[in-house]
Amino acid sequence: MRRILAILLENEPGSLSRIVGLFSQRAFNIESLTVAPTEDESLSRITIATKGDDKVLEQIVKQVNKLIDVIKITDLTERSHVERELLLIKVLAMNDKSRTEVKRVTDIFRGSIIDIGKQVYTIQLTGDADKLNAFVKTLAHETEIIESVRSGCVGIARGEKALRV
Amino acid sequence: MSTPLFTGAEMVVKALSALDVKYIFGYPGGSVLDIYDAIFQQKDFEHILVRHEQAATHMADGYSRATGEVGVVLATSGPGATNCVTGIATAYMDSIPMVVLSGQVATSLIGDDAFQETDIVGCSRPIVKHSFNCRKVEDIPNVIAKAFYIAKSGRPGPVVVELPKDILIPENKAEFHIETKVKMRSYNPTKKGHPKQIRKAVQAITEAKRLVIYSGGGIILANASELLTQLVETLNAPCTNTLMGLGGLSGTHKNFIGMLGMHGSLEANKAMANADVILALGARFDDRVTNNVKKFCPNATIVHVDIDPTSISKTINAHIPVVGLVDIVLQQILDELSETKFKPNEATLNDWWQQIEQWRSVKSVSYQQDNNKIKPQRVVEAMYEITNGQAYVCSDVGQHQMFAAQYYPFAKPRQWINSGGLGTMGFGLPAAMGVKLAFPDSHVICITGDGSIQMNIQELSTCLQYNLPVVIVTLNNRSLGMVRQWQDMIYGGRHSSSYMESIPDFVKLAEAYGHVGIQIDTLDELDAKLTEAFAIKNRLVFVDICVDEKEHVYPMQIKHGAVDDMWVKKGVKA
Repeated sequence: MRRILAILLENEPGSLSRIVGLFSQRAFNIESLTVAPTEDESLSRITIATKGDDKVLEQIVKQVNKLIDVIKITDLTERSHVERELLLIKVLAMNDKSRTEVKRVTDIFRGSIIDIGKQVYTIQLTGDADKLNAFVKTLAHETEIIESVRSGCVGIARGEKALRV
Repeated sequence: MSTPLFTGAEMVVKALSALDVKYIFGYPGGSVLDIYDAIFQQKDFEHILVRHEQAATHMADGYSRATGEVGVVLATSGPGATNCVTGIATAYMDSIPMVVLSGQVATSLIGDDAFQETDIVGCSRPIVKHSFNCRKVEDIPNVIAKAFYIAKSGRPGPVVVELPKDILIPENKAEFHIETKVKMRSYNPTKKGHPKQIRKAVQAITEAKRLVIYSGGGIILANASELLTQLVETLNAPCTNTLMGLGGLSGTHKNFIGMLGMHGSLEANKAMANADVILALGARFDDRVTNNVKKFCPNATIVHVDIDPTSISKTINAHIPVVGLVDIVLQQILDELSETKFKPNEATLNDWWQQIEQWRSVKSVSYQQDNNKIKPQRVVEAMYEITNGQAYVCSDVGQHQMFAAQYYPFAKPRQWINSGGLGTMGFGLPAAMGVKLAFPDSHVICITGDGSIQMNIQELSTCLQYNLPVVIVTLNNRSLGMVRQWQDMIYGGRHSSSYMESIPDFVKLAEAYGHVGIQIDTLDELDAKLTEAFAIKNRLVFVDICVDEKEHVYPMQIKHGAVDDMWVKKGVKA
């Protein structure tokens, strides 16, 4: 089962490598990982998308918590939450037909074209992983994909619940 | 008057003094020469110069295991630091508090593949509790204080501190401030067990008809041996110890049913398999205990007390988990038992003990003197008799380790010192040296084999320098005994690379290092010569004993079987 873990940790040199090292050392899966400092610069927040059954997930949460740098970890997928991922994708837009189609598909998915080259469009889209996958698949029908980059998902709990010191 | 300023090297020394360090173990080199210069000019602690950094880590480790103090290591950058890796991993697997101070090339050179540069923090990341890249002179004292705090609190473990040369040199000075009472927002290990879990645990224990107490190294680390004994006696329950937990309950206590696991006693493994409640205290259901986890005690309710939540339900699902320091949790359990005025049910307890006595009567931990060769088991028995069971026994890894665990009943915690988790050959001698340093008046034995002893034999030189008269007893079977045993049992007797065809003359070798060497070849001279060896107090004695090379360690769990599926002797299943 896919899980989204949110981790709050000390923004120290080496903290990220401890997390990444732990996952590889214990053969835990990482589907995506994002990290950045929070509004309090002494803290970093990591979102990890991973897969595993309940037993594996329990170990992941406990093992991450055991790292000295980690302040808190929570499994966002346990309850109602919002997750978003950013996609930047560069596609071929050589003629009117493909330009129109790309624009149409982008509009339907509520993405935006953020850069135009002589023969290419660069599109930005946010959403959950499913939406991004569907968009990429649809675009691929219409034109050729030149390159794409995804941020990996970030997540936050709905309502009052918060991950903070 | 202006506040005095100190160099980083002076701060290292001042911080170690402030933390009451008595000994540090190390080896100098370019990046730490400033620290060595500062050590030269102080008297608060002694530096022990080893012959290889791995030995420094094992010495610090042995010192820590015997005393409970943090073991401290100092190594230079590059090879000095990487030589520590095995010792750090050894300490990590057995949760031994250790601080390794490693030099590093100057900050300006880091990343340039400078001379003697390795990323030791990176190298050691999977085998440390935590590590620090110290980058400022003024940070040194509190980084070291934090390292000590982390190493010994919660589930103890090794901590690496990397100190680049430029923050140690005389040109770079700062004020010295140290906060020995450390507080960290990201690290607050649990101490007390949750009261609700304690009540559940006590209910399960008191309702049990066939309870087994299974205790591990956590009891030793938490100095909880007396509380464990009190609990065992209150409940009149059978108690088994893991390899790491030996001495937690006295090996001669009537409720002690032996070590459990791969080479545990039949009664211990049978009791586990037939228990309705297992109370695990500071033990982690290691694969050398459980055998096949799918067949492990399917009918037992598992109450698991451990300071480390990751140990709980990692391999074996715990029905009643209790996270806390095992000494505090034991006290909580005892308090709850006394509040509820618990009295054991004599009738059910009697049935259970009768059953256990039946398994005991098999005498699974026994051997046959079936030829005139010296049996390794007999050597351990003889050492037990000569030392009145009071020696510190430090072991290497292999058959001799198992024989020592089986045939030397440890009366006290911290008396049995071995690398149980990592299984590090070469651990025994330096560990024994660390123990001897702490307890110069006690018998300290290094029980070893002809394979293991050669993995850190250079330390014989250190022993002479610091007058560390340990007794080295080598059960010499001219082969890598445990490897050979597995090859006999599982690999059709093909002894692939398990022979040692050019074993040195250990007696001459010991003499060359300035020690006493004693050779024992026949059974009839064993007791007398061993007694003679232990009578020599002020010199290291290396006793090389020619033992029966065909002897196997029994009993032994059958691969892939349940915890109690065992060979009790060659070809005989329990």
